[in-house]
Formats: sequence, C-alpha cells, structure tokens
Amino acid sequence: MKWRVATVVESRAETATARTLVLDVPDWPGHLGGQHVDLRLTADDGYSVQRSYSLASPDRVEIAVQRVDDGEVSPYLTDVFAVGDAIELRGPVGGWFVWRPAATEPVLLVAGGSGIVPLMAMIRARRAAGSKVPFRLIYSVRTPEEIFYADELRRPDPGVDVSYVFSRKAPEGARRPVKRIGLADVTTHGWPPDFQPSCFVCGPTGFVETVADLLVAVGHDPSRVKTERFG
Amino acid sequence: MYQDGNALAGPLTEIFAVDMTSAESVCAGCGRAGAVASLRVYWHAGDAVVRCPGCEQVVFRLVRLENRLCLEVTGLRRLTFS
Repeated sequence: MKWRVATVVESRAETATARTLVLDVPDWPGHLGGQHVDLRLTADDGYSVQRSYSLASPDRVEIAVQRVDDGEVSPYLTDVFAVGDAIELRGPVGGWFVWRPAATEPVLLVAGGSGIVPLMAMIRARRAAGSKVPFRLIYSVRTPEEIFYADELRRPDPGVDVSYVFSRKAPEGARRPVKRIGLADVTTHGWPPDFQPSCFVCGPTGFVETVADLLVAVGHDPSRVKTERFG
Repeated sequence: MYQDGNALAGPLTEIFAVDMTSAESVCAGCGRAGAVASLRVYWHAGDAVVRCPGCEQVVFRLVRLENRLCLEVTGLRRLTFS
C-alpha cells in the first residue's frame, strides 16, 4: 500500500492532553470502524518514524492523539502540527478488529483511556448505518477530565448504553468506588455470555489482558473477544 | 511491553495484497491457532519480533535491511485466509 499525503483540515482539543485531528486524503477509499492508519514523519536528514492511529469516525479520516510527554511523535502532533500542515499516511489497514454494519449480534465495547478511539468509530458507524444492534460501552478512565468525546457520550444514541469506570478520581456522587476495572464491572455492565455478543477491548496492554481474561473467565467464547493493545 | 498483531497491518501491506492480520496462523511450537492480529509484537528499532501468546515462541520476524524487507517465518506452521 502506498504512502499518500494527508492535510490537516481540523484540529481541536479532546482533553487537556489529547487532540483530535481531521485529515483530508485525496481519493480516500472509505473504511470500517476499528481500522487504523499509519502516519510517517521524516526529518530533513532522512530519519523517519511511523505510528499507528485508530480512525475515530466512519466517514472521515479522523484520529485522536494522546500526548506522551517524552514521546517522539505525539508532542509534535498535539502541539506543533496545525491546520494546513501535511503528513504522510498509509491506510486504511487492519481487517480483524472491526465492526461491520451488517452484523446482528449484540456488541460489548471495553475501552481503557485512549483505547476509546476505534470503539467510538464503531458507535458512530452504527449510527451512520442506522443499525439497531444493541451496544454497551464500558469506558475506563483515570479521571472525568480525561474522557474523550464527552459531550457525544453524554447523549448516547438509543440502544447504546454507556458506563464509566474511574480508576483514580470519580465525579461527585458516583456510587462505584474509585478503582481499576474488575469482575463486577464486566458482569454488571456487559452482556451475559449466553447472548453471544461480539466483544471489542482496546487500551494499554495490561488493561486489555485483564479485561480479556475476565470476559473469558465469565464464559465468553475467546473467539468472540477481540483485542487491540497499544504499548 | 508488547503490542499485538494489529500493529503489523500497515507494514505487512508492503508484502501482501490482502490483509494479513485477519488470517489465522498456527504456531509451529504449540499448535495454537488464532488471528495474526492476536499475536504479540515486540519492536526492536523498527524490526518486529512476533511471538505466540500461547508458548512465547517466535512465530515470525519482520526485519528491515537497507532497502529490503525480510519476513522470517521459522515458527509458523500454517496461514489460513477466509
């Protein structure tokens, strides 16, 4: 697959440390919720680095970049990269961690931090397709300030249930104690295994391991638990 | 830490015309079958060492040498596309 030149057409803060970027890519072929793109940055001396970013929207090339302070790429993308700037892009890629609008089984989405991005693409793809398939999203974040797509998730589409797991600080009045995701979260807010849902889990490696193990332990078929880990 | 095979979707398009990460791979070490996307990927300066989550054996390696891209498949018994 060829590298193409993409141009930033929109840039907005998603949280204090994350930015949403919308890119214009000529002749974009379209994509499925869950697919991603590779971005490549090349320095004047020829040194180049690549990173993968999940697409956040079903109909445009939108990504979200979480700033990693000592990162090689993300501080550039969040702090320097602006509307009108160009970057090399390859995609869409990945055909396994995807939700297809023709699917009929219930869906459980479990996000850890910026792992929400490809899962948000699936929620938006469901809306775009007019699908009535029931979705449940369990979204684990450290603090309420770190929620991506907060306004959109506050008013979820009919048939999409959203619940939060706060691991460091909860909003006032929250009943769930502040702690990492556990068995009770998955059994209370997920689907019973008998419903044979498709499960998509995305987040940091440790988070994904924990959640995938919990889902299989309560009886979900391992072949229905799809995971995407980032380092 | 490691990533998973999803991260190889882009690099593998430099070799294969179809999406390789959806293919089912069978580990030559322990016989575990699963999507290439579910394998564990360890990066070493741009090269990918891909291990089986079942037995930790190396399934394949993707190595970039100057202008060449080399796929070493010593630990791979079978790939199935559907």
